[in-house]
This record gives sequence, C-alpha cells and structure tokens, in this order.
Amino acid sequence: MNEQPLHSLEALRARQPRFRGLESGHRACQGCGEALAARLTTEAAGPDVMIANATGCLEVFTTPWPQSAWRLPWIHSVFGNVAALAAGMEAAQKQQGRSTKVLAFAGDGGTFDIGFQALSGMMERGHDVLFVCYDNEAYMNTGVQRSGSTPHAAMTTTSPPGKARMGKRHMKKDILSIIAAHHIPYAATASVAYPSDLRKKVRRAMATEGPSFLQIHSPCPLGWGHDGARTIEVARLAVQTGLFPVIEMERGELIGTLPIRTAKPVSEYLKLQNRFRHLFGADHRARDELEHLQALANRNIDRYDLRGVGPEKYDTEGADTVHRGGDRWA
Amino acid sequence: MALALEGSLALARTIALCRPQVVAAYPITPQTHIVEGIAKLVADGQLNCEMVSVESEHSAASVALGAAVAGSRAYTASASQGILLMAEVLFDIAGLRVPLVMTCANRALSGPLNIWNDQQDSMAVRDAGWIQLYCATNQEAIDTTVQAFRIAERCELPVMVCVDGFTLTHTLEPLELPSADEVDGFLPAYVFRHGLNPSDPRSLGTLVAPEHFSEVRHAHHQALLRSMTEIEQADADWAAVVGRHCGGLLEVRGDPDARLGILTLGSVLGTLEDAMDMNPDLPRARFIKLRSFRPFPTEALREACAGLDVLIVLERAISPGGGGIVGPEVQMALANLENPPRVHNFAAGLGGRDLSLDLYERLVTTVTQAASSQPFSIIDVDTTLLPEADR
Repeated sequence: MNEQPLHSLEALRARQPRFRGLESGHRACQGCGEALAARLTTEAAGPDVMIANATGCLEVFTTPWPQSAWRLPWIHSVFGNVAALAAGMEAAQKQQGRSTKVLAFAGDGGTFDIGFQALSGMMERGHDVLFVCYDNEAYMNTGVQRSGSTPHAAMTTTSPPGKARMGKRHMKKDILSIIAAHHIPYAATASVAYPSDLRKKVRRAMATEGPSFLQIHSPCPLGWGHDGARTIEVARLAVQTGLFPVIEMERGELIGTLPIRTAKPVSEYLKLQNRFRHLFGADHRARDELEHLQALANRNIDRYDLRGVGPEKYDTEGADTVHRGGDRWA
Repeated sequence: MALALEGSLALARTIALCRPQVVAAYPITPQTHIVEGIAKLVADGQLNCEMVSVESEHSAASVALGAAVAGSRAYTASASQGILLMAEVLFDIAGLRVPLVMTCANRALSGPLNIWNDQQDSMAVRDAGWIQLYCATNQEAIDTTVQAFRIAERCELPVMVCVDGFTLTHTLEPLELPSADEVDGFLPAYVFRHGLNPSDPRSLGTLVAPEHFSEVRHAHHQALLRSMTEIEQADADWAAVVGRHCGGLLEVRGDPDARLGILTLGSVLGTLEDAMDMNPDLPRARFIKLRSFRPFPTEALREACAGLDVLIVLERAISPGGGGIVGPEVQMALANLENPPRVHNFAAGLGGRDLSLDLYERLVTTVTQAASSQPFSIIDVDTTLLPEADR
C-alpha cells in the first residue's frame, strides 16, 4: 500500500469525507459550470433524495449507458416534463408515507421554455419538490442556440450578430419574478462562484415543505466562449456587475440578497466571453448595446437594493473565500 | 348483481377496486366522467390515492410515469388530442418498460374539431410500444381494466385499454362489477423491480448509443410478443374468478362455419351481431373480434380466418394517402395461408358518424357482389357535398 503524505490533498479529503451524489469521471467539458453546480447541489442535498432530470447536457454527460456518474436514484424521461415527472415521484412518496425529497434538475431550456408549463403546474399544486435550474443561458447540448434565458445581445448560433442584428434581440426572461408570482415557500438564485451561499440555499430548500426553486448561474465555457479555467471568475463577475442578482424569496417576498459593495462595470464581465465579442467593436450599435446591458445591471441593483451598506457578513467580494469548517461555512 | 351504471362510472369504480396509488389526469371529452368518478370516490374517502389534477395531458402521463417508477401503482385516462399531446411521454414510458394502465376513451382527432367517437387517437400511437386492448362492451371494459393492471405489472409494459367514446363511456346499462375480494385475489400489490430507491440507486432513461439501441428495441419487441401469453392467461384466470371472459387476444363469434368473415375492433361488433340476427335472409358471417391490436396476434388470426373466402376488415380510423391501418396488417398476416381470403378494407363511423343496423347488409352485399378485393374506402361518404376533385 502506498503511504500518502499526511497533508496531501487525498489525505485531507479522506479525513473530511463528504457525500458525493455526482461522481467524477463524467463527460462534461473542462470548466463546466453545470457539472460543478450539480455536484454542489447533490452534496448539500444528501443521499436521501431522488432526482428527475430533464433532457440536456447534464443528462447526457452523466449517463452514457452502461455508465452513470450518479450515486443517487435518478431518472430522465423527456425534455419538457421534468417538473411533472418529479410531481409524480413526490405523489408516490406521499402516498407511501415516505419522505425522500424529490429534486427536479433542468437547464434553462427545460425551465424557462419547454418545461415551463409543467413547472408552473407543479408549483401551483404545491408538490414537495426542489426544482433546480442550471442556468447557462442557451441550448448548449444541441450546439448553443438561444433560449428564453439568453441575455440580450448575446451571440448564439440562432442569434448571430451580423449587418442587421447585434445578437439576441430579446431580453433574458425574468424567471424568478414569474416563480415568485406562484408564492411558493422558497425561491432563490445562486451562482457557482459562491458555493457556500449555494449550499446554504440547497439546505434551506431541503428543509422547506412544498415547492422550492433554485436558479444557479452556471457558465458554459463552450457556449459562452471563455477559458474553462476562468469559469468561477466569469460567474463571479456576473454577480458583481449586477447582471445576475443573487437573491432569496419567501412566498414571493424578497428576504435576502448577496450584496455588492462596489459594482463592477458590465464590460469587465462581457469582455471575457466570445458571445459578447461583437459589443467591443467600433460599431456605434456596439456602444448602444453595452449601455443597454449596463442599464439592465443598474436596474437589478436598484430593484433588489444590491448595494451592501449594512452590516451583512457576506458580500460578493468575500462570500466565495470560504474554508471548510470556517466561519463562513453557514 | 348487475347495477345500472354509466360506462364511465363503472370504469371509475373498477379502477378504484384495482387500488391505484396515484391517478393523474387532465380533462378531455369523452374521458371526463371516468376521472370525475375517481375524484368523487377519493373525495368521499372510498379510494385512498393521490389524485393529481395536472395542467396538461403531457404532465398527466409524466406524473403517472414518475409515480410508477417511485413505487406506486399509477393510472391515467385520456382521449383524442390528449393522446397526441402525451404521445412523446407514451413512447418514453413504454421504452423504459414501466407498467401503468391508461384508459383511452376513443375519439376522433382534429382538424377539423370533432369530439365524437372513432379510433384515430389510439391508432396514432400504435407504434408507441404499449399493449393496446380494444373493448367491445362496457362489461369487457370493466373486466379488461382489472386484467390490464396484472398484464402491465407482470410484463413490465404499459397497457392502453381502448373504450369507444360516448358509445360505451356515456351509455347507461346493467353491468356486473367485481367485488373487492375478487380483485384483490387476482391483483397482487404493485411491485416494480427497477424503481427509484435511495438505498439502491439506479439511473433510468440514460443516454443509449447506437451500439446498444437496436438491442433495446429488440428486447421491447420481444416483450410485447411474449405478452400475448400473459394477455390470454389473465383473461382465463379472471374468467375463473368472475365467470366472464373477454376473448383473450381475439374472439371468433357469429357463425363459425361462415365463409364470410368480418373483423372489427371495439363496440361496432354489437351492432353487426344484432343486424345479422335481425336479417336471417342475409348471408351469415363469422365475426372476428380483435381485442389485442398490440401485440398483433398473427397466429391466432390465421387460425380464426381458416376456411374464409372473404374477410371484411372494418375499422374506425384511416391512414390518409395509404388507406386502412388494421386492414393491411391483417392482409399481411394472412398472406402466406394456403388459401387466404380476399380482404376488403373499409373505414366506417368516423368522427361519430352513426353506425346503423343496415351497415351489415351494405357490407355483405358489397363484397358478395365484388369479384375481387375492393380498394380501401370510407363507407357512407356523401360525395355530392364535396368539390369535384375530391369525389
């Protein structure tokens, strides 16, 4: 048997075992935000869950038959039915007097677009399901086509910039407000750049009875056109600019935010990504679109009062610098 | 003791006797009375199940699927556009080999809109990989529903019980309901070996690449072929309990010695049988009631057709640009008989067009006067209502 150095990463990991619902060895791209988000979510949710997974990257890269990266009971059916599938699983649990929590996983397509009706129905009927949207802002699995979640002006293969267009013409759907209108017990946004915040929200949703919703901003190096090594940096900038507000809601009311001390200009976030490359040319339209995106970020900051002036312990500068067992391990 | 019951209500009470743990449905005519009946039984505390009233048929099928894989006996019911909206999920349920039961209250498809009975809806999902059993009477619908749960759970295949909308679902007549003891003795508690369980985590519905996909399809096809034994066995075992049988895969009725055969699916059979009895001067017919359309009982059909000179396949749906749907399958099944009957293929009763007693005479006269097989046609088309080109 090989002796491992006392302070090797492996030895440290062995001393701090943690439940892993999603194992390594799956087929996600390097730097995949969604794979990280799914791992963090299932770690925090624990082993007593069952998962319904919509069609998409997460389904495909985790289960190339006969292999599976899941250590949890997991089912994929079709693209648009994941909330209903989860509702059926929950109804079965309830009828049998069992309490295994049902999780529904979908990308933004399976949440904002094709899966939306089933999601709305599931929430309206009050099923005890945690719905997690891994939001990477386009149909990545089919080759980066625009979705209802794609930000304004972003380039995708079906919203290409050209002489007559500057990328996506429409706004990113404000899904959380739509979820909030269902007055479900708990809804929140999170980002892979803030894992302790993400875990805290998963645990809170797990402890919530009834429908809960978590939208996790998950960069896609392939689709967004950034270096896979900079996934966390990109995700953090989305939050720090105000473009992706990290907030929490109870029964549709805002109850918390991850405050931004000093908002960064949106260009810092956008310039790292090829999908916004056309906004950095000499074209006057590029300047207009940049201003537009900055205005959207400012609007988020105002709307959710994201400027942290109070005594909040965590903010977008510090909440990611957490250590296991440390003070910030909420 | 027979009770005067509407077909749908009798089905609701039968389904309750089968102790489904989760029922999911979305309302669509003519399925509604079945689901309303179940909802009332739940509301009155006579059925302990989770009744999930979903926001679409796509979700109805999905909730039933989720419940079945999470360890509960699941049921849904639909018709027409509902069947088409859930079609994607129906294929998935069957492909994942998940046992559940659905009633299809057969109805025409749009467009144009038509809410009345034919069988275009269930025929549209012929290839979904479900067992499809067609009921000739409400009594058969009751007995087939009980059998369907056992067939589904033993074969790990979903079963669609096809019941003609309105003609059966909305008809009030004397019907025999089984007792709870009879159903409990016949139908053991639901078990699904491949379900979701945190202490034995499995991945279901994974990505299957070309090197395994043909094998998946082959296994599914074989499972359906094998289910023929179970369909016959369930009918025989249930007959031993209640003294009524539904005909297994198919049933030969009428005059077994007749050289003229008429093959039907569903409730039109009763009309033809009555018409034959009322017209003793007309040639007699051997009726073949095709109960199991999927799996397609090729061998049983060959036996049933032995000695026939002429076989009329009367169906309640069409494949526009092709012709009949059941007809060509029957013709193919009989093709290598030594003396196959001449097959005439007609569609009738589309979108609720009345199937009157004179249908028998018209069918019999048409084919006995014809020297060779007639091309497929829809009976009772008033061509004077159509533009010249469409006549």
